[in-house]
Amino acid sequence: MDFERGIREADETDLRTDELVINMGPQHPSTHGVLRLVLRTDGEVVSEIVPHIGYLHRSAEKIGENLSPRQFLPYSDRLDYLAAMNMNLGWALTVEKLLGMEVSEKCRHLRTIVCELDRISSHLVAAGCYGLDLGSFTPFTWTFREREKILNLFEAICGARLTYSYITVGGVTADAPPGWLKQVEEFLDEFTPVIDELHAVLTSNSIFIQRTAGVGVLSPEKAVDYGCSGPVLRGSGVGWDMRRDGEPIYARMYEGYKFEVIASVNGSYPQDEKYPPVPVEAIVGDSWHRFYVRMLEVVQSMKIVRQAIEKYSQCGGDVGKPIALKMKLPKGESYLETEAPKGQMGFMIIGDGTPVPWRVRIRSSSFCHASVIPELCRGLLIADVPAIVGSLDVVLGEIDR
Amino acid sequence: MIMAEYLIPYISPWLAYLLVGLVQCGLLLTVVLLVAAVCNWLERKVSARIQDRLGPTRTGGRFGWLQSPADGIKLLTKEDLVPAAADRRLFLIAPYVSFAISLAVYLAIPWAGGNAFSADPQKAHDWTCVRLDAAVFFIMAVSGLEVFGVILGGYASGSKWSLYGAMREAAQVISYEIPLGLCVVIPVLIAGTMDLVQMGNQQSGWFWNWYLLHDPFTFATFWIYITCAVAHTNRAPFDLPEAESELVAGFLTEYSGFRWTIFFMAEYGAMFAISALAAILFLGGWNGPIPVAQILGLTWEHGAIAGYAGDVLGFCNLFAKASAGVIFMMWLRWTLPRLRIDQVMTTCLKYCLPLASIMLAGVLAWNFTLPGRMFFGISPGSPPRMEKQAETMDESSSEGVAVSLSRDPQERIANWQFQIANCKLND
Repeated sequence: MDFERGIREADETDLRTDELVINMGPQHPSTHGVLRLVLRTDGEVVSEIVPHIGYLHRSAEKIGENLSPRQFLPYSDRLDYLAAMNMNLGWALTVEKLLGMEVSEKCRHLRTIVCELDRISSHLVAAGCYGLDLGSFTPFTWTFREREKILNLFEAICGARLTYSYITVGGVTADAPPGWLKQVEEFLDEFTPVIDELHAVLTSNSIFIQRTAGVGVLSPEKAVDYGCSGPVLRGSGVGWDMRRDGEPIYARMYEGYKFEVIASVNGSYPQDEKYPPVPVEAIVGDSWHRFYVRMLEVVQSMKIVRQAIEKYSQCGGDVGKPIALKMKLPKGESYLETEAPKGQMGFMIIGDGTPVPWRVRIRSSSFCHASVIPELCRGLLIADVPAIVGSLDVVLGEIDR
Repeated sequence: MIMAEYLIPYISPWLAYLLVGLVQCGLLLTVVLLVAAVCNWLERKVSARIQDRLGPTRTGGRFGWLQSPADGIKLLTKEDLVPAAADRRLFLIAPYVSFAISLAVYLAIPWAGGNAFSADPQKAHDWTCVRLDAAVFFIMAVSGLEVFGVILGGYASGSKWSLYGAMREAAQVISYEIPLGLCVVIPVLIAGTMDLVQMGNQQSGWFWNWYLLHDPFTFATFWIYITCAVAHTNRAPFDLPEAESELVAGFLTEYSGFRWTIFFMAEYGAMFAISALAAILFLGGWNGPIPVAQILGLTWEHGAIAGYAGDVLGFCNLFAKASAGVIFMMWLRWTLPRLRIDQVMTTCLKYCLPLASIMLAGVLAWNFTLPGRMFFGISPGSPPRMEKQAETMDESSSEGVAVSLSRDPQERIANWQFQIANCKLND
């Protein structure tokens, strides 16, 4: 009798399912390069997720300790290869800070133009790939079509399309060719209507909202605790931008420019033009907000580029000259964080009187962002993992330095 | 099968039937393979247009029209890989299960009206491989089996991603079968028959005879049907079993070369079949929006040549409608992001299923309270061809197979009651 009841009870209550450990990456379509995530799942629900990094490690920091700062410059391209201009800038400014030198005003404005164009290009890749992560293929091609135009501009100014090494210690490698600024303006005019198209297929699409709103909510406190920065931090409603709040040597590049730091204040964004309203389902700090912040930042960058073109045209003088290849570095250290498209990019250099730095250290925002993944993905579905990783927009070249 | 009877005087019957069967199989296979090849090419071109690209332009001269055969050759020459962890036998057989089932659906799809209701049964024929009295039922039953191939493939691959894809497929397709079935029942209810040839012929004449415009409920049902059909064929935004960004390639992860191609042909075949079914159930089948064939006199009353010409026209009509359905699915795929699995299930169980049930109740109410009334109050009356069919069927058939063809609702209701009474007696 008892035996029978035991079997019956076991049949009724034994609904426990086994957990499955599943390996997402490093070869996986949506891990943005070679990020490897190990998921412990119960059915579709992710109970635990562990990111593994190191598949793209190239010892960039150690290489920096064996080369002079100018020789290391091409290596900085390979950190965040989607925003190489900003990487060049970070390194160049850090070394300039150590050397105590300052570039001409004209050079500053030219640097601003290329850096902001690069920011647009990086955000376009982020937006397109995010569509891809959510199963929408078309925005990807549209954003890459626009990015192509920016790459053409960069090719015209420095000859390279991905790893520019254009901004160098002491200035830029060459002044903009004649007619280049006009091409930039033409691009900006062409690009303006595309933003509305992207908003139509992504931001305001109801499936997109369903997939992203309320998914992966990162509270402002947690974002600060994890050291998040850039659009991830601003997506959580913290108005912090190195272009405005950074060190003078960097913030001077944006002095006198009119632009807004995009962050949700009391549930609304500073909108200069009409863009899709925040959906009711969205919570500040979720994937939707992170995406939206990037889309609005693109508009701000366009504004900055337009202003920079104007300021640049009014400046006389030269755009600076690269320092000597084997220039001796002074004793001392310098550390500088700049606002790269993905977040704050920090370079540190310690000179010991020789041309080769004694220590080079790189702080990347993507590393902090990747460390939030386990926090955000716990208890969600497998399909939410790409939705969250994509909204954090990590790039592995920067994580594995 | 009429063809076999022509041959019987000359050769032995079994050989005649075998020959005819082989010919029909060959024709069917050709049609499905051509459809799959054209769909593949179309998908490339449609997606290219949407994405501001050109797509294939040079393969085979202009428009890249030879792209599908070129792809086919490339895929055929690839190694037939079976993963070490796979259940070899099941892994190898799974694509064929899927493909055979996708092909089997085409058995019951009529491509044109023919003179299926001719007074002389000897001369009656239709454009169906096998004309079934319950063709709708057959198609629904068989197309639901397609899930087996996917589950088999996903399970046998020995990969966790494949297994996820297979489990998603099982959950999704089986759930969507219910609202899809309800949507299909609605035109069946109006037609009073499950024979697709009859259903198509009932919608002959102008476009307001289409079941889509029969009443507001059928109009709404059509859109529910489309939603469920997209989910049923695993097309985006419901392509969860092969969700690229989540499951690598879902159940297709371990497949390559020819077997992968077979899965894809099955998918395109199923897409086209479900669009053709939508065309017959809602969009008048082989009857165009304007009855060109009838106006021009291309009907069987004017001789065999005119009849065949009209049928070819009808075939083109059905083909165009089914292709439009396929292009619509492609348009969706290249525009929308993918839903999450819980949202897919919510869409099915919280929206599609209740809505389909409401539509079913609504159609029932509409047909019993406002009998025969067309959408927007247009009541075109019975087209001449319909009455003829109804008469012939009434004469030729025993009790109540075709009585439901009658356009007079009172008579129809009476017939139904009669049938129900008969059933009870038989019990």
